[in-house]
Amino acid sequence: MKRKSIINTKILRQATVDSFLKLNPATLIRNPVMFVVEIVAVLTTLFFILSICNIVKESPLFVGQITAWLWFTVIFGNFSEAMAEGRGKAQANSLRQTKTETKAKLLKDLESSDYKLLPAEELKKDDIVLVETNNIVPGDGEIIEGVALIDESAITGESAAVLKQSGGDKSSVIAGTRVISDWIKIKITSNPGESFLDQMISLVEGAKRQKTPNEIALCILLVGMTIIFLIATATIEMFAIYAGTHIPVTILIALLVTLIPTTIGGLLSAIGIAGIDRLVQHNVLAMSGSAVEAAGDVDTLLLDKTGTITFGNRMADEFIPVTGVSELDLADAAQLSSLSDETPEGRSIVKFAKDKYGLRERNLAQLNAEFIPFTAHTRMSGVNFEGNEIRKGSYDSILDYIKQKTNNASFQVPHDLIQAVERVSKSGGTPLVVTKNNQLLGVIHLKDIVKGGMRERFQELRQMGIRTIMITGDNALTAQAISKEAGVDDFLSEAKPQDKLNLIRNEQSKGKLLAMTGDGTNDAPALAQADVGVAMSSGTQAAKEAANMIDLDSNPTKLIEIVAIGKQLLITRGALTTFSIANDVAKYFAIIPAMFYITYPELGALNIMKLNTPYSAILSAVIFNALIIIFLLPLALKGVAFRPLGAAAMLRRNLFVYGVGGIIVPFIGIKLIDMLVIFLHLV
Amino acid sequence: MTINGIIEIVFYCLIVLLLIKPLGLYMAKVFNKESTLLDPIFCPIEKIIYKLCSVNSREEQNWIKYTQALILFNFIGVVFLYIILRFQNLLPFNPCKCSAIPADLAFNIATSFASNTNWQTYAPEGIISYFTEMLGFTVQNFVSAGVGIAVVIAFTRAFAREQTENIGNFWVDLTRSILWILLPLSFILAMVFIFEGVPQNLNSPTQIITLEGKSQTILQGPVASRESIKELGTNGGGFFNANSAHPYENPTPFTNFLQLIAIFLIGAALTNTFGRMVKDERQGWVLFSAMAVLFLIGVIITYYFESIGNPLLKDLNINGNMEGKEVRFGLVDSILYAVVTTAASCGAVNSMHDSFQPIAGMIPLINIMLGEIIVGGVGVGLSGMFLFAIIGVFIAGLMVGRTPEYIGKKIETKEIKMSVLAVLILPLCVHCFTALACVTPFGVKGVLNSGPHGFTEIIYAFSSASGNNGSAFGGLNVNTFFYNLTTGLAMLVGRFLIIIPTLAIAGSLVRKKIVPPSNGTLPTTDLTFVFYLILVIITVGGLVYFPALSLGPIVEHFLMINGKAF
Repeated sequence: MKRKSIINTKILRQATVDSFLKLNPATLIRNPVMFVVEIVAVLTTLFFILSICNIVKESPLFVGQITAWLWFTVIFGNFSEAMAEGRGKAQANSLRQTKTETKAKLLKDLESSDYKLLPAEELKKDDIVLVETNNIVPGDGEIIEGVALIDESAITGESAAVLKQSGGDKSSVIAGTRVISDWIKIKITSNPGESFLDQMISLVEGAKRQKTPNEIALCILLVGMTIIFLIATATIEMFAIYAGTHIPVTILIALLVTLIPTTIGGLLSAIGIAGIDRLVQHNVLAMSGSAVEAAGDVDTLLLDKTGTITFGNRMADEFIPVTGVSELDLADAAQLSSLSDETPEGRSIVKFAKDKYGLRERNLAQLNAEFIPFTAHTRMSGVNFEGNEIRKGSYDSILDYIKQKTNNASFQVPHDLIQAVERVSKSGGTPLVVTKNNQLLGVIHLKDIVKGGMRERFQELRQMGIRTIMITGDNALTAQAISKEAGVDDFLSEAKPQDKLNLIRNEQSKGKLLAMTGDGTNDAPALAQADVGVAMSSGTQAAKEAANMIDLDSNPTKLIEIVAIGKQLLITRGALTTFSIANDVAKYFAIIPAMFYITYPELGALNIMKLNTPYSAILSAVIFNALIIIFLLPLALKGVAFRPLGAAAMLRRNLFVYGVGGIIVPFIGIKLIDMLVIFLHLV
Repeated sequence: MTINGIIEIVFYCLIVLLLIKPLGLYMAKVFNKESTLLDPIFCPIEKIIYKLCSVNSREEQNWIKYTQALILFNFIGVVFLYIILRFQNLLPFNPCKCSAIPADLAFNIATSFASNTNWQTYAPEGIISYFTEMLGFTVQNFVSAGVGIAVVIAFTRAFAREQTENIGNFWVDLTRSILWILLPLSFILAMVFIFEGVPQNLNSPTQIITLEGKSQTILQGPVASRESIKELGTNGGGFFNANSAHPYENPTPFTNFLQLIAIFLIGAALTNTFGRMVKDERQGWVLFSAMAVLFLIGVIITYYFESIGNPLLKDLNINGNMEGKEVRFGLVDSILYAVVTTAASCGAVNSMHDSFQPIAGMIPLINIMLGEIIVGGVGVGLSGMFLFAIIGVFIAGLMVGRTPEYIGKKIETKEIKMSVLAVLILPLCVHCFTALACVTPFGVKGVLNSGPHGFTEIIYAFSSASGNNGSAFGGLNVNTFFYNLTTGLAMLVGRFLIIIPTLAIAGSLVRKKIVPPSNGTLPTTDLTFVFYLILVIITVGGLVYFPALSLGPIVEHFLMINGKAF
């Protein structure tokens, strides 16, 4: 899928405007660190005016520049939030656009056929609407009557249309999709402003966004640090008085702003929004920010075997002839019997015969052959041509067939055929026995083929400390064979919905967090119970309501990406916090010697960066502090590079990059800015 | 620095290290109520105590009840001690005819001893009666240490248990820590002290004629019994003004060495008790390792600067800085004592920290400012370490992509809120009170030295009081109404406003499920975590003091290099 580039002029322009609008203290107070910066920026602005009017004896040039950079610090923080919002909104808006232009055909009741047109956003829950060919589905809902082919590409990007009908697991439709044939009557399932899309949009809007518990905790930590540094800088003035000097307020404010964690304070909400936005880019809608975080926490993934781990259809994997029959003969017979067999198994036999034995497809009509389709009664299929009768089917049904045909109840089955059947069954496969003119030729090994690369992905997950449990309706033997081949950690065989729910409860009682996907109504209780429940957008309304995420692509494998996005979100938050705190060391070394330059010139020994003048040192630290927010914004939006590593290795790596890096980078940055400040004669 | 000195330091560390496991195991048994050798002696006494106080020892308390009991107990302790001090002239065992203590000083002393600070703004000999020494000070020395141990044990249970409300019974924890741990250890140590020459009597002062023919008053009393708990309970308040520099408190290098060990003993062993109680001893060793590294850094810096001595006196060919040190102990024993006593929140001293070189004197100050988590005061030191571990785990946990957990417990908003509050209190208290003293005439009046050294004296006093250390930098006249009141308040705030949020965290953690560790769980038992924890302590706990320190010892150091001393 196409990723949106980070810079986009329209978003950029909107974000610039927004970053000024967000200066409104009423909204800024949601970000206490930046709120403090705004207050002190107002203070220095006042001092700037007073210094111009010569009321306070401070250099207006210096105070003015500090003031400007303090405002920039706040604006940069706002800008990063606005950027993240803008990107998320652009994504959501393109989804919403279709919706607002849509007119709905509201029916009085199910029986009536006349409708009145009204804008889609005025639809309420339980309204019944008619959607006909080429109409756009006006709201999320459930089909209560009719069958239609629906194009979901506007939402999912998937071009193939899907068939939806009332009842069963294919009854729900999403706003913004288009009916391309027939008609349906839909019962709307959400009130205006409550659809998935609306929830999504409110999640990426900073002002309305609920902070997640983890964000709140981090916020408290940041506020705590802000208070500590507020006290530490405020008391410096008293200490200075004791030392017989006085520190200009502007300089104290400069120290305060550089020490409080403005970097993470400015980027925190951008990180959260960007995480949700990344999910949207993967066509996943999250119902809350905490669901995204919970995804990072997941210890156990419950994956359905069919469609997730395996392709879902059994495929021919091997032809096992009995003694006296060549593999090619068996392949030939198997292929002939399957030429008209449109089941996925049948097609896979034709394909396998072609790939492995070079047998070309033949035209049954030319062969003058008669196809015998599979019926539930005979439980076999085959072909009759030129007097030959070829059949393939389960061991029992073929045996019955031969016994009946030959009128020989004590028909002797070759020993090696029995062995082959047993071997295939034990390996988790399905044996199909092939017979030609009542002679047993051999066995086709039909196998659940594990999707390529799954084994490696499960290995990666294991490294991250995540267990995978395969859920399947197969018997234990088959389940075991497949779980071994796929490399999952555990499996639940012959699983009924209740078993799934019990498994989740059981794991949760051990303190584990679980994620699962589901689409059917019978998945709903388990989806609701799981810590991260991802419903397929093709699934039923009940499943979607129970879940806390919806995958628009209906791709169950995506659970793995969702976990990675959740982790990346948390890592980005932690890494930038570490970076922000580590930055303080260099700022001390820049500002403290400059601050006491007059009283204690000896403290110049701490000026290890050899910054040119006290004023240039302080100004450089403040400039660095503001610019670093903008420099780190792309990182906050993209998320830090995520590799599936164990926790210990990950901590070492991130501690080195963001901790040690956070100490070193500002030393270099402040020095460079200082050189520039002097070069430009700014002080 | 000499080879001898380094060997002594290494030897000291080894002995402490060797004692951690056995004592840690013993204490774990005591608090898990498993059988110990001393049960036959103390079980009957324990029963009698519970009966007398009508305590139901089987009843457990949630964190609120536990905290209420703790506060109530300390409140009564403060009032009781205050009354003794105010009326000691009327009470028995007063051969020196000590008069009643004035109200402001009595308030300061009462809070000081109840908060395990033992900050002394007065010379105790001659104004404190034996009755006060024994029933006031010694009792508080035992119980305040017991309270500290109870806090950390309650905290430990929060990790060891799951999905319950109860963190133990305060009365039981207090009683058992005193009977099983503090009493026997103090008894043994006191006996050794007596053998080494520490007085233990109720005699009135002896008048003697010195060789020079002058008359001298020799003060004595029940010294040994208080000396032992002074170190073991990290109390630090001396029987004599000179504290452990006095030959009656600390007569020989051997007693000096024993005192050094006694100060660290229980605090260090509690890390092991903690590890055992949460069923993963490595968790304890990791915390101890972080403490050990910080301790050794402090020792090396102090030792280095003290052995260089004052650069201005280089021409006099003096080896090291011996100003303010007891010659009986010499340089190494003095600097080791200074670092140990401040790392451990003890506050006993055998040399004058005021006379250390600026940077060497800054180390004890930093030890206190970090919250005395380097081994720390019995119990509270380790629980202070937990606060940093929780904050550290919170950020590190994010960095490995999980919402954070520590020893199987999720760290969430409530824990962070309380940890930040507890970590915030100390710097808040130190900065505000110091600032107040800096700009008020009563504050400045007490300062005896000029320049940055005087500033260091003020900030040391408030750090010592807020951090419940009790050692004095010296050079500051603190027995004034202003300092008695402010340091008294600082001691109360620094003790209880940290204990309450700490227990609140315990109350919140104990309710949570224990999450089994997986490959994705942040490991808190490896070297990376030790290194990381140290960084957290320095950045979160230490960076904030940088401006203040640069106006004190740091600038003093650079001034000294440039030829200006204070």
